Amino acid sequence: MADVKELRKKYTPDMQSEIGESDTFPDKIKRMFRQNKLAVFSFFVILFIIFAAIFAPLVAPFDPYTQSLKDRLASPNSMHLLGTDELGRDVLSRIIYGTRISLVIGLVPTIISMVIGTILGLISGFYGKTVDFIIMRAADIMLAFPSLLLAMVVMYTMGGGLVNIFIALSLVNWAGTARIVRAETLSLKEKEYVEAARSIGVKDIVIMIRHILPNCLPSLIVLFTLNIPSAILSESSLSFLGVGAQPPSASWGLMVVKAKKYLFSQPWLSLAPSIAIMIVVLAFNFLGDGLRDVLDPYLKEQ
Amino acid sequence: MSVLSVDNLKTSFFTEKGEVPAVNGVTIDVPEGKIIGIVGESGCGKSITAMSIMRLLRHPGKIISGSINLEGQDLTKLSEREMSEIRGSKLSIIFQEPMTSLNPVVKVGQQVSEAIRVHTKVSAAEAKKMTVEVFRRVGIPEPEKRYDSYPHQLSGGLRQRVMIGMAMVCRPKVMIADEPTTALDVTIEAQILRLMKILCRDYGTSIILITHNMGVIAEVCDYVYVMYAGQIMEQAETYDLFDHTGHPYTCGLLRSIPSLSENPKRLYTIEGVVPNLLRLPKGCLFCNRCEEAVEKCFTERPNLYGVESTADSSCGIHAVRCFQYAGEVEADGR
Amino acid sequence: MQGRWKQMEDEKSLLISARNLVKEFPMENQRTLQAISDVDFDIYRGETHALVGESGCGKSTLGRVLIKLLDATSGTIMFKGTDLGKMKPEQFAGVRRQMQIIFQDPYASLNPRMNVCEIIAEPLITYGLTKRKADTEQAVRELMQEVGIPAEFINRYPHQFSGGQRQRIGIARAIALHPELIVCDEPVSALDVSIQSQVLNLLKDLQEQYHLTYLFISHDLSVVKFISDRVSVMFLGKICETASTEELFSHPLHPYTMCLMNAIPKTDPHARSDNAEILSGEIPSPMNPPSGCRFHTRCPFAKEICGKEEPVLQDVGGRKVACHFPME
Repeated sequence: MADVKELRKKYTPDMQSEIGESDTFPDKIKRMFRQNKLAVFSFFVILFIIFAAIFAPLVAPFDPYTQSLKDRLASPNSMHLLGTDELGRDVLSRIIYGTRISLVIGLVPTIISMVIGTILGLISGFYGKTVDFIIMRAADIMLAFPSLLLAMVVMYTMGGGLVNIFIALSLVNWAGTARIVRAETLSLKEKEYVEAARSIGVKDIVIMIRHILPNCLPSLIVLFTLNIPSAILSESSLSFLGVGAQPPSASWGLMVVKAKKYLFSQPWLSLAPSIAIMIVVLAFNFLGDGLRDVLDPYLKEQ
Repeated sequence: MSVLSVDNLKTSFFTEKGEVPAVNGVTIDVPEGKIIGIVGESGCGKSITAMSIMRLLRHPGKIISGSINLEGQDLTKLSEREMSEIRGSKLSIIFQEPMTSLNPVVKVGQQVSEAIRVHTKVSAAEAKKMTVEVFRRVGIPEPEKRYDSYPHQLSGGLRQRVMIGMAMVCRPKVMIADEPTTALDVTIEAQILRLMKILCRDYGTSIILITHNMGVIAEVCDYVYVMYAGQIMEQAETYDLFDHTGHPYTCGLLRSIPSLSENPKRLYTIEGVVPNLLRLPKGCLFCNRCEEAVEKCFTERPNLYGVESTADSSCGIHAVRCFQYAGEVEADGR
Repeated sequence: MQGRWKQMEDEKSLLISARNLVKEFPMENQRTLQAISDVDFDIYRGETHALVGESGCGKSTLGRVLIKLLDATSGTIMFKGTDLGKMKPEQFAGVRRQMQIIFQDPYASLNPRMNVCEIIAEPLITYGLTKRKADTEQAVRELMQEVGIPAEFINRYPHQFSGGQRQRIGIARAIALHPELIVCDEPVSALDVSIQSQVLNLLKDLQEQYHLTYLFISHDLSVVKFISDRVSVMFLGKICETASTEELFSHPLHPYTMCLMNAIPKTDPHARSDNAEILSGEIPSPMNPPSGCRFHTRCPFAKEICGKEEPVLQDVGGRKVACHFPME
């Protein structure tokens, strides 16, 4: 018998333990980077945009608010790479500064609404019965209204401006997250490891935070990356409709509004911000898809 | 005469972590009218072998080499269209969980009738008659009534009978049963096993029974293949396998099963676990768990060696993939 | 009735005792499913009491009701002499840690987002048994060693372990609080045969070491024979027979027990049941149990009275049987 053990150690040392290789969260992300070139590219685009937003004063060639009426409506040339707008402001600089507004608009209301939605969804799914009924009916009501309309109503009542946009978008968008988190909670709540936690005597809140929430994370991450472009688009739409950012703010949506008059004569004025919006939205979408492919347990490989 | 013969089949899965040789040189002979068992634990490749025979492998699995001969045709060389004509008519399969094999929104009788009409040119009425008849044969009570039932209205045992009916209705040459009773209660399992024995006898259909349960093998099979990590470790007639067990793995397996007749204080265990198919040992696949291993076992892979068998071999010889038996006649030179 | 309670309490060896337990689940159309119907059940300290039966018999439900993972619809459960139903929540917390459970599915019973240390430490942290991180880790390492998982993998995640190892982690979690009673709900049914024996040996060793009492739920009679001291056979929410393992296997009294044993495929081809009598018919649905004795529709020995009157669980020489015509 001792012989056999020595032989095993000599020839099959790595078979002594059978623990599998690491496949944790960071590994999954690495795998996505290896396989999904589009998601990786999008990731770097977003990184670039964040960089531009943070270092806008250093990156932008001009001040976005400086007017120069004699240079107004210039076509793209060597000095103004994307031309100038109707007040002579450099379009490229305004695009660059616009990343700040877009990112903040993208992130802040999304985070707030997802936090609200997650909490409500957890409570709703975990406790069920009356609480669930009330929260879900409230969510149904929120979802029944076109969110843009609701946001407009909020904006009209409270006036324009970025802070109010935040509030409007945060209040309006929690319902989608709540529904998804509730659905996940309902199924996770029946899992045996939750039953195990209850058999140990773990309190409800701890179960929700320690067992259910982390297992909702993949869905939440994906939802996050997909809600961001939605928020950006909402802001653009709201600004376009006149109830969003106010001039002279360098919001892309506002830029598109103001370029409406010059749609055919100076097309770059509408194209530049539109393309910028499109790039950001697509980048977040592709990243979200890539994350979902690696994180979603239903798409797990055999 | 063999009705189905699998010759040195190799099936691998090409995953992002590398090639997983799930079926690693498997040769199986299925004589007419016999029940052949393939037994092994999870991950040994028995189900993949079945899926390879049926050509139902899913990406990223592929048959790399070998041949599968059914009545003179090599199934590995057939097109998907030709294969789908064979599936259900000459070659059929039933799975462990009938609930997932049956369409939940179609009546069970209809599903079987459809299967009939795919392969034979009969009228709907004729197909219905045949369905009711096969339901009767597989022991479904009130078959005409049951024709109109939906899968969820039937118990697990009845659903499995429907599956068996569907698999047998076109009188296949071979029916593969992949863990058909694992999900069933023990008293229902006994009924289904007896049913399979009767059908094999009455229809002359050969059955390949895949299971991890040695008791089922002992109960029902004529000849057994024991698989481990993608290879066949031992093959023998059932009586031979249990009475004169050859391979250390098979011995270990049998010893680990708590018996109804003895009263041990502790159960025998096989040390270690199944190797990772991505990192197989250079030697015998069982070397790191075998109590009887010698140096050669770690460096060379044994072939299947024939063992002198005391029983009359109507099904085939007793062969063991272990160097202990080398020096006797080589079973197949592989 | 009162006198019998007293006697058992005096014996001080009764750990859990349940009387007239009923558990109903509401179904659609205002119907209810009675998973357990008027069951009396006792578990003695230090024993391994097995609960066997086929699907729909209620064994898993009974296990969970006994440790109050599910609330009984009616009936009494006494744990160490105290009525669990009459306890206040704060009192119950102290009892909760003495009753733990090991689950069937090694893949579903561990939180995939927690590593081994967190999983095994959870019971310790919940009851404040260890305060500092270093102490917790040390306690976890000791538990891992008890169940045979190398301590260096303390930070790995469940999906990196095999089924048998995950089951060991679940066992470590269950013994962390040194409970009195562990309900083992089909703990080896999902494991390969060669791993089953490892885990069964481990359960036996731990029982000896920690003086545990097991309620061992299983459908596999051969496993039950190895590990249990007493066996109760259930059918459709009722207990048919209770006896010591030896008595049950050598001499079953209830026809259902005998049919179960006949139905098991034996690992011996010479013992094929080619012509033996096997149970015909389907298992009745628990939503619609047969009248009288619930087994009478499948019983090969049923007489007229069996369909009319339900037999009561009676003492027969130290064993219990619920049958009008127990076998000799």
